[in-house]
Amino acid sequence: MSPQTALQGKPASAVVEGLRSFFVRFGLGACLIGLWQYLAMRAGSIFFPPPSEIVTRAVELWLSGPPSRLFLGDGVFQDIIPSLGRLLAGWSLAVIVGIALGTVIGRSRRLSELLDPSLQFLRAIPGPALVPVFILLLGTESAMRIVLIAFGSVWPVLLNTIEGTRTVDPLQLDTASAFKLPGRARLWHIILPAAMPKIFAGIRVSLALAVILMVVSELVASTNGIGYRIQNAQIMFLLTDMWCGIVLLAVIGYSLNALFLKVENRVLTWHRGARGRTMT
Amino acid sequence: MLTVEDLQFAYSPDHTVIENVTFDVTAGEIVSIVGPSGCGKTTLLKTLAGLLRPTKGAVQFQSQPVRGVPTGLAMVFQEYSRSLLPWSTVAANIELPLRYKAIAPPDRARLVADSLDAVGLSGFGDRYPWQLSGGMQQRVAIARALAYQPKLLLMDEPFASVDAQTRADLEDLVAAVRATFDFTIVFITHDIDEAVYLSDRVIVLSKSPTTVLARIATDLPRPRDQIATKALPHFVAKRSEIARLIRRPTSNSSA
Amino acid sequence: MRIVLGIAAFFLILEFITSLGLVPAIYLPRASTIVQRMVELLGDVKFLKHVLATLGAWAVGLTLATLISVPVGILIGTSELTYRMTSPVVEFMRPIPSAALIPLAILLWGQGFPMKVILVAYAATWPILFNTVYGVHDVDPIAVQTARCFGLKQRAIHWRISLPSAAPLIFTGIRISASIGLIVVIAAELLASADSGIGSYILFVSSHGGHMDSVLAGAAVAGILGVLINSAFGVIDRNAFGWRYLGGAAQ
Repeated sequence: MSPQTALQGKPASAVVEGLRSFFVRFGLGACLIGLWQYLAMRAGSIFFPPPSEIVTRAVELWLSGPPSRLFLGDGVFQDIIPSLGRLLAGWSLAVIVGIALGTVIGRSRRLSELLDPSLQFLRAIPGPALVPVFILLLGTESAMRIVLIAFGSVWPVLLNTIEGTRTVDPLQLDTASAFKLPGRARLWHIILPAAMPKIFAGIRVSLALAVILMVVSELVASTNGIGYRIQNAQIMFLLTDMWCGIVLLAVIGYSLNALFLKVENRVLTWHRGARGRTMT
Repeated sequence: MLTVEDLQFAYSPDHTVIENVTFDVTAGEIVSIVGPSGCGKTTLLKTLAGLLRPTKGAVQFQSQPVRGVPTGLAMVFQEYSRSLLPWSTVAANIELPLRYKAIAPPDRARLVADSLDAVGLSGFGDRYPWQLSGGMQQRVAIARALAYQPKLLLMDEPFASVDAQTRADLEDLVAAVRATFDFTIVFITHDIDEAVYLSDRVIVLSKSPTTVLARIATDLPRPRDQIATKALPHFVAKRSEIARLIRRPTSNSSA
Repeated sequence: MRIVLGIAAFFLILEFITSLGLVPAIYLPRASTIVQRMVELLGDVKFLKHVLATLGAWAVGLTLATLISVPVGILIGTSELTYRMTSPVVEFMRPIPSAALIPLAILLWGQGFPMKVILVAYAATWPILFNTVYGVHDVDPIAVQTARCFGLKQRAIHWRISLPSAAPLIFTGIRISASIGLIVVIAAELLASADSGIGSYILFVSSHGGHMDSVLAGAAVAGILGVLINSAFGVIDRNAFGWRYLGGAAQ
């Protein structure tokens, strides 16, 4: 992005520079939204309500509660929180299982050779294809969705952890042996940190997958959740409500990703420094 | 301190790297091992450390047979950037081996600080390895070995990856440190000057399948100086003797 | 072929696990039953039509996305200004779950082939666009400077340096989109109760009697498709871009 040029003793230029970079950053997005607003009000298609209506309706749905609850409306507690809760539960499960199992498999040559083809096959099964399976096996409650999300998003973490723990620099392991570090020290101080970059890359992908699976699992046979609201709105032909859900999901997807990148940058500072390049 | 008897190492029945190596090291010595490329120097060092098991023969450390890595031993590798842990600070890197040696935290901190002082890197504890130059990183590796308080220090071409200036500084550092801390050093190098300059005895290896061509005492006065010692006729003589052995191995040389 | 062995290995392990009888067969049938059903399905013309419907929508959508995103991405990535202006938008659009748009797509375009194609195309656009823009933009500056020293004009640098060096990244984007596209098309079929496609087949079978062997066989076929697609891309990647794996170049 545009670097903030520090001009000594020229605050006006700094402001100009700041405005310029702000415009460059948000200009296109603002123009597109403005264009949408204009076209929608001019040639109104019911399928694409103007952004102003979407925002108004969103506030009605979610921000019209009492001040004691931070103005959060019922919709937040009925749908958004359960959805996010399931998402986080499923995704955390995937991350924990993925790293734990991945480390065990990655450190064993035999296991990784034996299991690799099977894992490649399992990861290639598109998550949505398994939704009916999970419904038949586990019903339609939250538990099913959490397991579905976990099952679908564990693969990138698992496979990347296997790869990461498998390819630890032998010199680092030799160093550990030379200084007689016990097994758990090797794992915690050498193997896991060495695999971290790959593990994080896998977790990033699994987050995106988890969001997709959360949505898909709520579009089918559910009674609450953001996906359910969108589906419901579609059936009742409430286009604005539907768009509120879509925008909300966009915001959630984007925010989670941005948050994750921040965490990743903090944890892997050493990696960037050691490799001399920046993360995207 | 260290006895190597009839050591043999073969990767497979028809690929014997080390044919027969026998030598010993007395406590307090600095012994260097030189030889042509590919003669298995690193493999030899790894068997001394217990990281590899020889196909035949025996290694004894402090009169105990070496099975696995013995206690009281520390290693410094050639590739410092891969041997130091990039995700830990310098101080954390040095402290790591100490955490599993049953040493109390305040003592650990003291050992880390002392070793950093000894290598001339006081105050660098909070940096990360990648923020340091090559020579400084290797010093950290040496500090890590020092803090561990070993009886025997093994070094695998420790100065091969740094520039000539730094190499001279590090050589003197090792000599000084050994004088202060009194442990035994065995190091591998392909640089004959360095071998003669630093060590009390030089073990000369042949091409693979490797045997010991000579065990040569340097007989040079200490403390040594990069310029004065290397100008001594005796230095030049020893150096040439070893160089000739490596270029065209013969079977007559002094032990 | 490794893939065949791989899939076979999986079913062998599964057979071993399922024959232990820990889980009742109505819930998790034996692997041999699933494989048997899979073979039956693959011999059934009606099912093959479903497979073709899914693959067709996927392929057309992916091609559309590539044809649009690559040129646009190159244009955006080349100019520093357009790059800085469009990156935030692309970075915002990329993490949006395309599944969220399925209900809207159904309203707009019905439940058939066009809807699926448009959805796949939309979902596939973003990874390709993102990778193309960054691939073209983040060319190794040393390579560009060297070319300038040799007197190459901007255009030549563009065609001979930037594009070839961006090509592997672009291809990776297409590969990612390929697997996302498959997920999206099956999700769409599932949710739209479309009349054709593997997703709709699985939905139909699961809601009419719930025969687990058929449901799982359908999912397994989808998985095989995914594996085949990924392997195909892998082969092309190694053959066309093998050079990036040599000499330890950063990717």
